[in-house]
Amino acid sequence: PARELTQNPLHKTWEPYDNGLPAGHSAQRGVCMTNCPTLIVMVGLPARGKTYISKKLTRYLNWIGVPTKEFNVGQYRRDLVKKYKSFEFFLPDNEEGLKIRKQCALAALNDVRQYLSEENGHVAVFDATNTTRERRETIYKFGEENGYKTFFVESVCVDPEVIAANIVQVKLGSPDYVDCSNDEATEDFMKRIECYKNSYETLDETLDKDLSYIKIMDVGRSYLVNRVMDHIQSRIVYYLMNIHVTPRSIYLCRHGESELNLKGRIGGDPGLSVRGKEFAKSLAQFINEQNIKDLKVWTSQMKRTIQTAEALGVPYEQWKVLNEIDAGVCEEMTYEEIQENYPLEFALRDQDKYRYRYPKGESYEDLVQRLEPVIMELERQENVLVICHQAVMRCLLAYFLDKPAEQLPYLKCPLHTVLKLTPVAYG
Amino acid sequence: AWASYMTNSPTLIVMIGLPARGKTYVSKKLTRYLNWIGVPTKVFNLGVYRRQAVKAYKSYDFFRHDNKEAMEIRKRCALVALEDVKAYLLEECGQIAVRLCWAEQGFISGAELTLKRASFPPLQVFFVESVCDDPEVIAANILEVKVSSPDYPERNRENVMDDFLKRIECYKVTYQPLDPDVYDKDLSFIKVINVGQRFLVNRVQDYIQSKIVYYLMNIHVQPRTIYLCRHGESEYNLVGKIGGDSGLSPRGKQFAQALKKFIEEQEIVDLKVWTSQLKRTIQTAESLGVTYEQWKILNEIDAGVCEEMTYAEIEAKYPDEFALRDQEKYLYRYPGGESYQDLVQRLEPVIMELERQGNVLVISHQAVMRCLLAYFLDKSADELPYLRCPLHTILKLTPVAYGCKVETITLNVEAVNTHREKPSLNSLPASQTPIGMRRNSFTPRASADTVKRPRHYSVGSKPLDLLGPFPSLE
Repeated sequence: PARELTQNPLHKTWEPYDNGLPAGHSAQRGVCMTNCPTLIVMVGLPARGKTYISKKLTRYLNWIGVPTKEFNVGQYRRDLVKKYKSFEFFLPDNEEGLKIRKQCALAALNDVRQYLSEENGHVAVFDATNTTRERRETIYKFGEENGYKTFFVESVCVDPEVIAANIVQVKLGSPDYVDCSNDEATEDFMKRIECYKNSYETLDETLDKDLSYIKIMDVGRSYLVNRVMDHIQSRIVYYLMNIHVTPRSIYLCRHGESELNLKGRIGGDPGLSVRGKEFAKSLAQFINEQNIKDLKVWTSQMKRTIQTAEALGVPYEQWKVLNEIDAGVCEEMTYEEIQENYPLEFALRDQDKYRYRYPKGESYEDLVQRLEPVIMELERQENVLVICHQAVMRCLLAYFLDKPAEQLPYLKCPLHTVLKLTPVAYG
Repeated sequence: AWASYMTNSPTLIVMIGLPARGKTYVSKKLTRYLNWIGVPTKVFNLGVYRRQAVKAYKSYDFFRHDNKEAMEIRKRCALVALEDVKAYLLEECGQIAVRLCWAEQGFISGAELTLKRASFPPLQVFFVESVCDDPEVIAANILEVKVSSPDYPERNRENVMDDFLKRIECYKVTYQPLDPDVYDKDLSFIKVINVGQRFLVNRVQDYIQSKIVYYLMNIHVQPRTIYLCRHGESEYNLVGKIGGDSGLSPRGKQFAQALKKFIEEQEIVDLKVWTSQLKRTIQTAESLGVTYEQWKILNEIDAGVCEEMTYAEIEAKYPDEFALRDQEKYLYRYPGGESYQDLVQRLEPVIMELERQGNVLVISHQAVMRCLLAYFLDKSADELPYLRCPLHTILKLTPVAYGCKVETITLNVEAVNTHREKPSLNSLPASQTPIGMRRNSFTPRASADTVKRPRHYSVGSKPLDLLGPFPSLE
């Protein structure tokens, strides 16, 4: 006889039970299923954007629900060697330096092992230069011994302008150069890069043909992708191919106040209130003043965001996936009515607001999955204004500000407020 | 359409590569995918134009680069094809043209540059090159698709193989692969090496090119089988109610048992089983006694205010909605619910993952199964909502040559018929407002009732009774 199915009161998913105990056999498809942990290994000379990519990739993977952590070997070095003196630490014949750097790499790998094998991490990003085949071989063996799939991400760049810009953006403010002038820091850093150049062995189409990797050239002009093994690697490649570093701003705001907002009711498809219409006009004025180049405007397919965009007098695109969270049976109710009619649901929501799914509706977790294509397209775009809804805006904001699931549903996104996001350094 | 923002300008995809490198396979598959997600795409195969110009193919001599007469014919074919491409992109609202050309760059650059300059708005050109040096793969390709080509009616394998390999040698003389470092560094292209083992991607310009690259990187040619079926007959099916979250009827449970037996008999290696998050598909999977994954995006189409009603009730309560749906079933969105078009967008990650996977059984729902089937069988948006996906029937899909073989397996367990044919045009009232106007409004078009119909807990669930490890609440 088939096992009993019971509906989880929080997620509303059906799970099989055997004599009152949860049974195996059924898995929830998260956004990304990872069967075995993945070790991502960054490769590249200094100032090639490795840390930028590691942090961004980590942020994206965590947002879509794949527990990920980055391990920056430079940070381990800073913790061990309290005071950075000069580039000479990195000279290839500096025995003392080599010893310390190897020690740091091993310490970091140890922490990787702990994270992936003991702490339920799914992906670890190992951020270091890893410029020699020998070092990569060591790491690959480490991955094999522990049952991890290894994926290399190499950033190759020869454009001196890009490298100079990177140095200015992130290296001058590094703890290593806290006592130096900008000129001194730049000079030292360029010499540091030289230390690595002689022994740099780039990933090779023939020698490394059995490894899984992506080689990013000139900040995304072209890519070489080799042996993508599974779903998560395929998603990582897709993400890396869509991000860019062109300066731009993203504006997030909600629709103007709606008729239902006034009555304290959630959901539905109401129009703007009088004050909401005023906001739309102010928004139009604000946008004009900002003088934004080639601004794209996106709305949901709900009346209130569309009415708001209409006031701007510019073309806008409607995305159904930007619609507000579906409150199912609670649509168009006030919180008091929900508490009265569905007291259990009301309590459950406060217990775990991120995972809680309204009956016949959605959860924040569902929303994140629904919004992933928006994030991907936002990464591809430049200046964008997204006019959306409270829960939706919280999800998007959590992605940009790297907020974890527990905090996401409580992020402050009040009406009639615009958040202007500009990428800077690593954030 | 949700895909409308994807491309502002039309795109010309140019397939490049020696013969038997999978160009036609990739173009057909890519075209099928793009049309399914709503981007009008068409393939222009120069081989077809050549066959129309030269009635009977004699031998590989036609393709020798020093065969002047043949060269003239091929040039003419290229220009005719180009005219057709132009017409499709500029006059027929096509979004993407996929052009299969002969390997020589010369045929394309001159003519296509002209097209590029002439078109308005600007035309994006994206090259897809297939490079293969594995002789086994090439031989397999020739056997799979060339032996049955119209060029070789006598189908003597050895002769075909021999002639075709000589044909390839003709091309090799003048073939110039894309060079990312020097000559072609400013072009937008993807080079697919050894059937997807490696890719070189250069200067992706826009969203659609990025999606094409992602798709090409996820498809594979390993033989495998996809099984599509619906959940067993449900309690709601029995009473004619749509949607909801009901459990299986006794006959539905019988089907689940029969499905288990069928799957065991098929002896499928490493079969993955996917269900939706609705009870009826999960109950069906439970009977199989194997691990399965639940996908929320495989849930049945959301009928909004019409959830849990019978068609008779819908016709009585929302007569205009009912009529509208029959007029334009693909685009019609239930008030507060979804359309088939929305469903396709929702299902795109499922298709992408199905492409990555091997043997999979997908236990889903009528509308969902229609969408998936339309993708595999290249059915248009008009046909999609009327595809036959009866209960208790499994569709076994096997990729073969340029398409998909379908096998229908009925498990001989009786069930109600949930299929509605498209009514004849006479019985449809004239529509008042265009279908495309429907947003996410909860208010049905013509009904006097403007209060949203409350949804109830589904029959059979236990809303307030907590079991197992969940904390009890005071």
